[in-house]
Amino acid sequence: MTTILEVNHVTKRFGGLTAVNDVSFVVNQGEILSVIGPNGAGKSTLFKLISSFLSTSSGDVRLAGERINNLAPHIVARKGVVRTFQETTIFRSMTVRENIIVSHHLRSRASLWGFFLGSKVAKADEHSFGQSADNIIDFLGLQAIRNELASTLPQGHLRALGMAIGLATDPKVLLLDEPFAGMNHDETMHMVDLVRRLRDERGVTVLLVEHDMPAVMKISDRIVVLNFGEKIAEGTPLEIQNNERVIEAYLGSEDAAIGM
Amino acid sequence: MNKQKIAAIAAFFLAIYIGVPWAIAASGRTDFYYTLTSVALLSIASAGVWLTFYIGRINIGQGAYALAGGYVSAILMTQYGLSFWTTLPVAGVFCAVLAVLIGLPILRLRGVYFAMVTLVLTEVMRLTALALPVTQGAKGITSIPLPGELSLFGITLIPDFATLENPKIGFYWMAVTFMVIAYAVLWRIVNSRLGHLCRSLQQNEELASSIGVNTAYLRVIAYSISSFLGGIAGASFIAISQSIYPSSFQVTDSVNFMLNCFLGGLGYVFGPMLGTLMLYFGWDLLFTTGEYQLLIYASLLIALMLALPNGVLSLLDKKKAQP
Repeated sequence: MTTILEVNHVTKRFGGLTAVNDVSFVVNQGEILSVIGPNGAGKSTLFKLISSFLSTSSGDVRLAGERINNLAPHIVARKGVVRTFQETTIFRSMTVRENIIVSHHLRSRASLWGFFLGSKVAKADEHSFGQSADNIIDFLGLQAIRNELASTLPQGHLRALGMAIGLATDPKVLLLDEPFAGMNHDETMHMVDLVRRLRDERGVTVLLVEHDMPAVMKISDRIVVLNFGEKIAEGTPLEIQNNERVIEAYLGSEDAAIGM
Repeated sequence: MNKQKIAAIAAFFLAIYIGVPWAIAASGRTDFYYTLTSVALLSIASAGVWLTFYIGRINIGQGAYALAGGYVSAILMTQYGLSFWTTLPVAGVFCAVLAVLIGLPILRLRGVYFAMVTLVLTEVMRLTALALPVTQGAKGITSIPLPGELSLFGITLIPDFATLENPKIGFYWMAVTFMVIAYAVLWRIVNSRLGHLCRSLQQNEELASSIGVNTAYLRVIAYSISSFLGGIAGASFIAISQSIYPSSFQVTDSVNFMLNCFLGGLGYVFGPMLGTLMLYFGWDLLFTTGEYQLLIYASLLIALMLALPNGVLSLLDKKKAQP
């Protein structure tokens, strides 16, 4: 198996607080890897470090060997590591299709001038973005809400739209921030299925942060567990479920009661 | 483009190029030429402000660029003897470059903070004009020559304004032509990918950068285009008034440029054009009310904004919604 993403001894300090402390792991090509941990374990911070929305204090993040931490977020996206957001972050006053089309930005070959003047390349781009957007809409089953204004959508659809936006960028690695949060059982299972198909049919490597233990156990190839900013375990779902330190970290918390 | 749109555009051209001069000739109110010429030019500056709104920034500093553009054109004409037609693009480009330099640091700010800095910008520009020797301080620059002949390969495109029998109508046609070009460019920007990216920026900068949009670059580009329009408007304005003073464009003007956008509608490309017409013309029409002018004017504005918070052009949407 080839390694696509490496996290090497990454540390993030906010003043005196160390949010992420010397965390290392690798993500293999085509893998679904989950990062879990109790509240405040540093999961979201780690995500922001990988997508360069925050700069690391020390250590580095590498995509296929190339360092990608401490760059501008749009450059990291350009290299193929794209995040979705915890809160339902979308372009509110665009329709679903417009949201997806505008997110094809990274695939455009024409310059802004080309688009302004309506060059051949620009027209071809516009056409292919439209087709690709329709593909994504079909893939995620969003046909019925294609022309709805994003601000009017319910939670579940917003989450799917967030994923569609991520997919439109044609990512190598997709970072999903709590994709199952606030969903009921059926919605969660539907989303689990979607994430799997994302990997199986589109070859996207998925790194996700999640609270929902049953979903994590079901979906992940491997799991990394954080507690107080440090990595305390790494392994297959089965190994993690039986890991002493993990059980200890979760003991007494509701997550443990539900999932383990 | 469908037939309805083409008909609407044709009707608009007919109205501004032939309808208005005819109506003015019929009514004998030649003073309206000056009013409408001003409206056309100010609406170009407003179009610029509108574009900064489109990337999610409140711009109350367009007066600064109108003033800068005006001075650049005036200085080049009076001290270097260049023709107006040469100084006009120079003034625009000067403002565009200036906007890149100013925009790079201040466009990192958002919301009210950006708005406050731009508000100060107009005042800074006024004080700069007062202080610099080249702008001749409070005396300003007067007796600026009228635009000369513009010819290309020996063919006269535009005759010398000084030789015109009726320069007022000449200025009016020039101003509306500039306005038409400015709005055609703006319309094209908004309806091309550049516009879609601007919208993505306006709605969610984090998400825009996570889909790979270079947000800092795009903001500067939009602000620079906006200021280019401000410079062009300023330079054309002083060509007509034939004089410029540090007070030619003040904070009030900057605020008005912004109000024009609000009034017409931030969601509509032609909003600032309509907004400028209503604000400027409305003010002129209320002239007869004397000391109550400002009171009536302000009350009407408040009422309009309460009734139509999305601008006057949102009336069109309402009509569409109830077939």
